[in-house]
Amino acid sequence: MIRSAFLVAVAILALTGCDPKEPISSGGPPEIRRLTEAQYRQTIADIFGDDITVAGRFEPDMRVSGLLAVGTGKVTVTPAGFEQYDSMAHGIARQVVDEKHRDKLVGCKPVAPNAPDDACATAFLRRIGLRLFRRPLDNDELKGDVEVADAAARTLGDFYAGLEYGLAGLLAAPEFLFREEQTEPDPDHPGQQRLTAYSMAARISFLLWDMSPDAELLAAAERGDLHNPKLLARQVDRLLASPRLEQGARAFFADMLGFDAFDSLAKDSLIYPKFSLKVANDAKEQTLRTLVDELIVRKGDYRDIFTSRKTFLTRTLGMLYKVPVQTRSGWEPHVFDPGDERAGLLSEISFLALHSHPGRSSATLRGKAIRELLLCEQVPMPPPNVNFAIVQDTNNPQFKTARERLTAHRTNPTCAGCHKMIDPIGLGLENFDGAGQYRATENGVPIDASGEIDGIAFKDAAGLGRAMHDDPAAVACLVADAYRYATGREIASGEKDYMAWLRDGFAEDGYKFPKLLRRIALSQDFYRISGPAGSSTVREAQR
Amino acid sequence: MTTVTRRAALKGMMGGAAVTIGLPFLDCFLNGNGTALAAGGRLPIRFGTWFWGCGMTPDRFVPKTVGAHYDIPVELEPMGPFKDQTVVLTGFKAILDGRSNFPHTSGNISVRTGSAPDKPDEFKDPTIDILIGDVIGTTSRFRSLEVSATGDPRHSYSSRSLGARNPAEVSPVALYTRIFGPEFQDPNAADFKPDPKVMLRKSVLSAVAEHRARFMRDLGAADKARLDEYFSSLRQLEQQLDLQLQKPPPAEACVVPRGGPKDGPVGTEIGEATANHALMAQLIAMALACNQTRVFNVVFSDSASSLRKEGSSTTHHQLTHEEQVDSKLGYQPQATWFVEQSMAAWGAFARALAAIKEGDGTLLDNMLVMAHSDTQFAKTHSVDGVPVMLLGKAGGKIRTGLHIDGNGDPISRIGLTVQQIMGVSVDKWGSGSMQTSKSISEILV
Repeated sequence: MIRSAFLVAVAILALTGCDPKEPISSGGPPEIRRLTEAQYRQTIADIFGDDITVAGRFEPDMRVSGLLAVGTGKVTVTPAGFEQYDSMAHGIARQVVDEKHRDKLVGCKPVAPNAPDDACATAFLRRIGLRLFRRPLDNDELKGDVEVADAAARTLGDFYAGLEYGLAGLLAAPEFLFREEQTEPDPDHPGQQRLTAYSMAARISFLLWDMSPDAELLAAAERGDLHNPKLLARQVDRLLASPRLEQGARAFFADMLGFDAFDSLAKDSLIYPKFSLKVANDAKEQTLRTLVDELIVRKGDYRDIFTSRKTFLTRTLGMLYKVPVQTRSGWEPHVFDPGDERAGLLSEISFLALHSHPGRSSATLRGKAIRELLLCEQVPMPPPNVNFAIVQDTNNPQFKTARERLTAHRTNPTCAGCHKMIDPIGLGLENFDGAGQYRATENGVPIDASGEIDGIAFKDAAGLGRAMHDDPAAVACLVADAYRYATGREIASGEKDYMAWLRDGFAEDGYKFPKLLRRIALSQDFYRISGPAGSSTVREAQR
Repeated sequence: MTTVTRRAALKGMMGGAAVTIGLPFLDCFLNGNGTALAAGGRLPIRFGTWFWGCGMTPDRFVPKTVGAHYDIPVELEPMGPFKDQTVVLTGFKAILDGRSNFPHTSGNISVRTGSAPDKPDEFKDPTIDILIGDVIGTTSRFRSLEVSATGDPRHSYSSRSLGARNPAEVSPVALYTRIFGPEFQDPNAADFKPDPKVMLRKSVLSAVAEHRARFMRDLGAADKARLDEYFSSLRQLEQQLDLQLQKPPPAEACVVPRGGPKDGPVGTEIGEATANHALMAQLIAMALACNQTRVFNVVFSDSASSLRKEGSSTTHHQLTHEEQVDSKLGYQPQATWFVEQSMAAWGAFARALAAIKEGDGTLLDNMLVMAHSDTQFAKTHSVDGVPVMLLGKAGGKIRTGLHIDGNGDPISRIGLTVQQIMGVSVDKWGSGSMQTSKSISEILV
């Protein structure tokens, strides 16, 4: 019913070809988000070059409402975490000023190498400070940091050693480790606040490149370009055209697909002897590579990720997919035959192995992952007192396959409500074991991989992929996740019409992912701040 | 190149720890009964937690008798040698006041914060180690040390507030380097020279601390709390550096392990977890003896234990729910095996602490470890009677050698009493039906 109404609406839009104006919406509060490990590393590599080693352990991110990106607005820095940041700061700073790098990176020479040099230290720390803080340092900040560098240079009798301490001060500062969004009165809407141009630049850059703004984007912010729609579009299009868009897309999909779980993924080595750390790493890379190729390189339709038979494999992965791979080391494209059981994201090892137990597959975990990660629905927790005995006993002579065991489990009324929602989806992937390898039978009985999702029946994994392809909820979920990822917060109640506008626009754009990012980055809502800055009521209302 | 096996490395380290008898020339620092440094200070009292997932089997764990001279049921056997230094607490209840029993997190959070969570795995209030650390942990190099034997830094239940979960160290090598690496100052070294670079590092932090006023100016309450935590962490490091600029007081029991452990496999397979835990136990014990920290948190297995046995398709957690109770034995044999292994690890941890001689006793005399799990009987996720054990004499502040049955009293009574033993000035703890001002007087001295 809803589905057909949606399709009609899409059809009308497509026919009329109009692009309705962005509706007025509330915007949301400014956020303070801790950098992720990837953002930290990518930013350092961009500013200082990728031969600078970042050695240290990062605090784990926290997943909130399904996204680490939303969690970045909730986490802080613990004592153990700060210890690491401080040590990374000194490690990086030491390399930047060492003899190998100083001429290239410092940009000026001291009058005497064994004494403080205010002018050179100021010039360097001002330039790098802008990149690290994503805004110019104010006078106090700059002066304070130059003093640190000067004092250290005096103590150690070495200008560059002094600079190391000044730079470490910037790298350990909260202004670098947290993306602090700053606001200012909006001249076009008296009484309202908007993001400053520098904070806009950061939002754009972290969304599209997953790193701090580059020098050009910061210069555009300084000129005030970003408040001019035309010049804003020029910058957004520049970032969208860069190869770094791939880095941004990878970060988004790794977050949406819960790929941080790969860090602790373990499979039993006796049950799945072919599954190794290398397989896990390659499986994750396969999916990201396939998504980038489909969505960024070939500018494909997002919905096709559920059905596409094009992917990339390594020889290691080939062993689990049972596909010969010619390339000895590295990647090669592969297209699964039209009749193959593998089609789309859900039949890739990353998804199948991540949502299984260490020693067996799980229709329940897979069904739950599809509902939560790809359809943005919340599956309730199981009740505390459940007898799982039948489901899990893979040696029970009466119930040989997962389907039989789960059916028996579903007759328990307290379990039925949720399992009816998730198991019939996950059963479509039962032809793949806990390591993602194909199997036709379980305990000698042929596997029946038929199932249904929200009333759409399918016969196997490829059919499930087609159902996902046609499910408007999958598209709506991507749009919602992209926006929550971009802002690092929940969608505000005053943004409902805006979200509908994004979804309609996405359909009209042929479900092209870069166009969705562009639409977000050029929309007014993305930069609109609800209520005055620093109003705790506004901030708190959103939490 | 000679390869050193994990076993050899462990043996080497343990060897180092095992010969830690008070070095004769340091005896002069101690008074007659060995409880105080001759210079005037008492031996420090330390606190730690030790966690294992998926509870126990009530019939095989809970002593039949209460009070002194309690019996040692089979699952408690590894703690038999420490009976006199232990309090076993059973029958204390996590009271959820109508909130859901979030499987494997409600019990854990109730024990550690005195409040039942509103969401699964949500640590809103400070955990007990933080509250105690604020009192006893501020003058050591590390405010606290967190370790997890199962390879995941998120397996940590130490948290000051939402979003401030202390990450666990998962590699024995990294833990060794953090404690005994280049920045370690041997408290018993004859010479001491403060490093001017430490002073400079500290000056960098002092300058960053100056940013506080501007940064905090326009923040809402939640963000203010988060940034407060950042600045407290910064101050903590400043204090650590301060300590490095002073000659550390001697620590008679401190013997610096020579060479570190070798990195081995890290993960949820029980053999790997047990080996990692053994290495970490040695390092934690020596970090305490060397005055590097006074607070620690050990996670042997995560809540909803993901421990597994090689070749088995089922984890400990899954077994607790799936495995049938063996009608002859009267329990789930495979799930119970994991409980026994967990308690064996707890026994090993106790041995590692007891192996370190300090004053006229051992490290255990001057510390308190609170061991607990997330559930009572994991099959039903019961939080009535989540098992808790207190190990150590806390410098004579606790009466041990007892089994106490809580009879359904709020489990927060334990946390309240432990804080009081550790010198936290608190007379009421917990919230809702778990708010209590009733200490467990039987164990207070």
